[in-house]
Amino acid sequence: MAGVAVSTTINGDLVEYLCQPDETLLEVLRDRLGLTGAKEGCGTGDCGACSVIVDNRLVCSCLVLGAEAEGRQIETIEGMAHGDQLHPLQQKFLEHAALQCGVCTPGFLIAAKDLLAKNPSPTEEEIRFGLAGNLCRCTGYDKIVRAVQDAANVMKGA
Amino acid sequence: MAQVTLWGSLSAAAGGRDKLDIEAKDIRELFRKLAEQYPAFEPLIDRGIAVAIDGTIYRDTWSKELPPGAEIFLLPRLAGG
Amino acid sequence: MNFDPRFSGRNFTSVGTRPIRPDGVDKVTGRARYGADFNMAGQLVGRILRSPHAHAVIRKIDTSKAEKLAGVKAVITAADLPDLTDGDTAMYDILDNSMARKKALYDGHAVAAVAAIDARTARQALKLIEVEYEVLPHVTDVDEAMKHSAPLINDAIFTEGLEEKPVKPSNVCKRTQYGHGDVHQGFAEADMIVERSFKTEQTHQGYIEPHACVASVNADGTADLWVCTQGHFVYRQHCAQLLGLEVSKLRVTSSEIGGGFGGKTHVWAEPVALALSRKAGRPVKLVMTREEVFRASGPTSATSIDVKIGAKKDGTITAAEATLRYTCGPYAGMWAEIGAMTAFACYRLENVKTVGYEVLVNRPKTAAYRAPSAPMAAFAVESAVDELAKEIGMDPVEFRIKNAAQEGTRASYGPVYGPIGIGPTLEAVKNHPHMKAPLKANQGRGMACGFWFNFGGQTCTDLNIGMDGSVSLAVGTVDVGGSRASLSLVAAEELGIAYEHVKAVVADTSSLGYNDMTDGSRGTFSSSMATISAARNAIKVLRERAAQMWDIPVDDVAWEKGHAVAKGATHGNLAPLSLKEIAAQSGKTGGPIAGHSELVADGAGVSFATHICDIEVDPETGATRVIRYTVVQDAGKAVHPTYVEGQYQGGAAQGIGWALNEEYIYGKDGRLQNPGFLDYRIPVCSDLPMIDTQILEIPNPNHPYGVRGVGETSIVPPLAAIANAVSNAVGVRMTHIPMSPPRILAALEAEREG
Repeated sequence: MAGVAVSTTINGDLVEYLCQPDETLLEVLRDRLGLTGAKEGCGTGDCGACSVIVDNRLVCSCLVLGAEAEGRQIETIEGMAHGDQLHPLQQKFLEHAALQCGVCTPGFLIAAKDLLAKNPSPTEEEIRFGLAGNLCRCTGYDKIVRAVQDAANVMKGA
Repeated sequence: MAQVTLWGSLSAAAGGRDKLDIEAKDIRELFRKLAEQYPAFEPLIDRGIAVAIDGTIYRDTWSKELPPGAEIFLLPRLAGG
Repeated sequence: MNFDPRFSGRNFTSVGTRPIRPDGVDKVTGRARYGADFNMAGQLVGRILRSPHAHAVIRKIDTSKAEKLAGVKAVITAADLPDLTDGDTAMYDILDNSMARKKALYDGHAVAAVAAIDARTARQALKLIEVEYEVLPHVTDVDEAMKHSAPLINDAIFTEGLEEKPVKPSNVCKRTQYGHGDVHQGFAEADMIVERSFKTEQTHQGYIEPHACVASVNADGTADLWVCTQGHFVYRQHCAQLLGLEVSKLRVTSSEIGGGFGGKTHVWAEPVALALSRKAGRPVKLVMTREEVFRASGPTSATSIDVKIGAKKDGTITAAEATLRYTCGPYAGMWAEIGAMTAFACYRLENVKTVGYEVLVNRPKTAAYRAPSAPMAAFAVESAVDELAKEIGMDPVEFRIKNAAQEGTRASYGPVYGPIGIGPTLEAVKNHPHMKAPLKANQGRGMACGFWFNFGGQTCTDLNIGMDGSVSLAVGTVDVGGSRASLSLVAAEELGIAYEHVKAVVADTSSLGYNDMTDGSRGTFSSSMATISAARNAIKVLRERAAQMWDIPVDDVAWEKGHAVAKGATHGNLAPLSLKEIAAQSGKTGGPIAGHSELVADGAGVSFATHICDIEVDPETGATRVIRYTVVQDAGKAVHPTYVEGQYQGGAAQGIGWALNEEYIYGKDGRLQNPGFLDYRIPVCSDLPMIDTQILEIPNPNHPYGVRGVGETSIVPPLAAIANAVSNAVGVRMTHIPMSPPRILAALEAEREG
C-alpha cells in the first residue's frame, strides 16, 4: 500500500510523516514518532489510555486514523509540561498519589486538561462523568478526583 | 521431640496420618526426616511446603529453629496476587 | 548475617510521611516506559494464532503458506518449544498453556505464532496457517464439570486427596480438607442454622496494560527479555527452563508495569516471543491485544460454594462448614484449597470443616487475582453470617465481634494466631460515622470482614552510597503501586538521612540476586526488611570508616541521626561526622561504601479488613449505585500512608466491579462472548463514590517496623459487603455474583412468586 503524506502540528511543532491509510493515529504517535506516552489499553476506544486532544477535542487516538491528522493541532502528554514546569494537573496527581501503576495516567491527565478547559469549576459529579471514558484499575478513582479538584482550584487562582 | 500437624492434602503423603512426632531442631531437619520416613513428601517439599511455628508462617527459612514444645503445622505453599 | 527482624517500637522520622514517589515525574510526563514502550534495532512483530474451539484435538498444522509470505521471518508451533520440563508437571502445564501441544483446551489457547517485519504482514501470515481440529465436547461450568457425564478434559487426571485412589479419571483434580473439632456435634448444639449455596462468576484482573515483551535470543546462547511482569526473576527461571537457556545468560528487565494484580505472576507469551526470536535470529516484540488478554491470560476462578453455620441464641457460633468448588481452567491448581483455608479465618470456631474441590474446565488457566480465592469464600461465608445474625436478632457487627478470632485463637486453617486485627477493625466499624449515616428508600447497608495471609519470600537489595552522600537503592521486587517511595522512606529512616537523597530503582536480573515476585502483598514487607538489613550493613561500614578517620576503635563509634558519633569521655571533643562527610572520604578510607542484603523475609503478618457500604437499588430495573463505601484495614505499619490508602481504595473498587457487574460470559459453543472493555465493564469514575479509608496499625511482631502486607486484603470483603447491602435494600438474599441488574430482577421476581 502506498503511504499517505501527512503534515500536522503536534505539541506546537510542525511534524511530517508518511503512514498507511489504515494506520491509527496512536500507531503513528507510538511507532513512527516515538511518542509513547499515549498507551494502547484496548484498541477499541473503551479505556481512554490513548487520549489526545485534536483541535481542542478529546479523542481516543486508537479510533483516529493517522491520515486524519492532516492540518490539525494535536496535543499529547509529552507537551503538557512546559520544560521543567509541570502542569498543575501533573503536580496535583503527584501530590495526591493519583496514580499507582501509572499506565492510565497520561490519558487521565489529557482528559482532565480537556475537562478543565471547558469547565474550570466542575463539581465532583461533573469530574466523575467527565473522566468516565478513562479506565483506571488501581486507584478506585478517589485520589484522581481529588487531584483534579485541587488542580482546578489552583488554576482558577492562577 | 516436636509434634507436627499436617493439614489439607499433606496428610495423604503420610498415609492419612495428620499428626507426627519427629525429632528435629530446625525446618531443614524436619523436612529431611519427613522425606526419609515418608518418601511421598519429597516431591511435595520440592514444590514447597510452608511451616507454621506458633502461628507464624515460614515458607523458605529452612534454618528456622523449632523451639521445644512449639506448635508446628505444615501447610501447602500458596499463591498470591 | 545476623539480621534481627523482630519488631522494636521506635519513633519514626521518615516512615509514615507522604512524599512524592521517585518515579512520579516520569509517569505524569509520559516518559515512563512500560512493556510496549521499548524497541530494539531490527525488531520483528510477533503474533499468536489462537484456537477458536473450547476443546479440540490438533490433528495437523500446516505453516508452509505462511512461511512463504514475503516479510515472514519465523513461524513456530509446539514443535519449536520441545518439552524440557523433565517431569515437572507444573512447568509442563505452563509450557502447554504457552503453546498447545496435542489439544486446544480453551477458546483462545495458542496453537502457532509468527514473527514478521510488521504487524500487517504478521496478521496476514496467521490467516495462512492451516490447523486441522477435531472438535471435542467441552465444559465451562464448575458444577457441570464435576458430573460423571461431563466431557473429560485430561484423562490422566485422577482425583487426589480421596481416601481410596479413584479408578476413573475426573475433572476434579484434587480434594482438600481443613478444620478442627466436630461439626456434627457443633450443629447439634446450635439453636439456629443457616444453610445456603452461592455462585460467583469468573472475573479478570483487568490491568489496563496488556502483556507485552521484547525478546532477543543470540546465537551464542545469551538472551535479553524486556517485559512487564510482577516478577522478572521468576520469568527468567521459567523462560530459561522452557527454552533450555542458562539462567544467568538470560537477562530479564522488568519494564514499568501497568497493573498486574496477580495476572502478571505467570508467563504466557514470553516463551513464545523467545522461541520466535531464536528461530528468526532477530529481536521480536510481542504485545497482546485486549481480546487476547481476556481470552488467554489468567482470570480468577468461577465458584460454587455451600455454607452451613450454626449458632446459639446468645450469638455464639457452634459450628461452621463449607464445601468450595473452584475452576482451575484446564490445568491443576490449588484455588479451592486456598478458599477452604481462608473461608472462616476471621472467626473463633471450636468446630469447623471446609472441603475444597479443584475443578478443570475449558476456560483459560486460572491465575492469582489479589488475595486469590479468598473473596469468593468470604462472599459465601459473610453472607451466611449476616443472615444468621438476622435470624438470631443480633446486630451484624456485634455478632461478628462476639465470634471474632483473636490472639491465641486456632485459625480455621490450622495454626494459632499471634496479634491480629480483626477485632479492632470491627470495633472501628462499630464506631464509624458511616454506620450512622441516614439511608433513603431503596438503599441498604452492608458490612463484611476479610482475611488474607500475606507472604514474605526471597529478597535481595543493594544500597550504594555515592561520594556526595546520596544513596542509590536497587531492589528486586517490581514496583506495582509506589513501593520505590516506601522503600526509599525505609532507607532514609534507617540511615538517618532525608528521603530526597535516596533514589530507588528496580534492578534487572543480571544486576541483583534472585527475588521472588511481587505477589502475596510482599513487595514492601519483604523489600523493606532487606532494605533495613542492607542499610544496617552499610552503617557498619560507615562506622568503620569514621573510626579510621578519627583513628579510634570502631566500638567507640555509634550511628545516630545520619551521623557517626564518637562515644566515651576520651573522644569528647570529636564533632559528629555526617554520612556525607564520610562518603566524601570513602576513596581514601577503603573504597566505595555499600550495604547488601540477601535474605528470606519470612513471618509476614496476616491481615484483616472490615468494609461498610451503602447500595441503592432501582427496583424497576435492578440497577445499583454505590452510595457510600468505607474500608477499615490493619496495615501493621503504614510506611507511606497515601499509597496504603490507595491499595485499600483500589481493592475495594475491584471488588465492587466483581460484585455488581464483571463476569466472563461463555456461549454454548464454549467461546468467550465479552472479551473487551465494552462488554466486560469494569467500574468507571462515575460508577463510584469517594472511598473512605481508616488505617489501623497493629504491629507485625516479625518485622522491625511492624509492617504487614497491605495490597490484597482490600478485595476480600467487598463481594460480601455489597451482597449484604443489596440484600438489605431489596429484602431478598442475593446468592449469585455478580449482582447484575438481570440477576437482581430475577431474584425479586422469584421472591414475589414465592
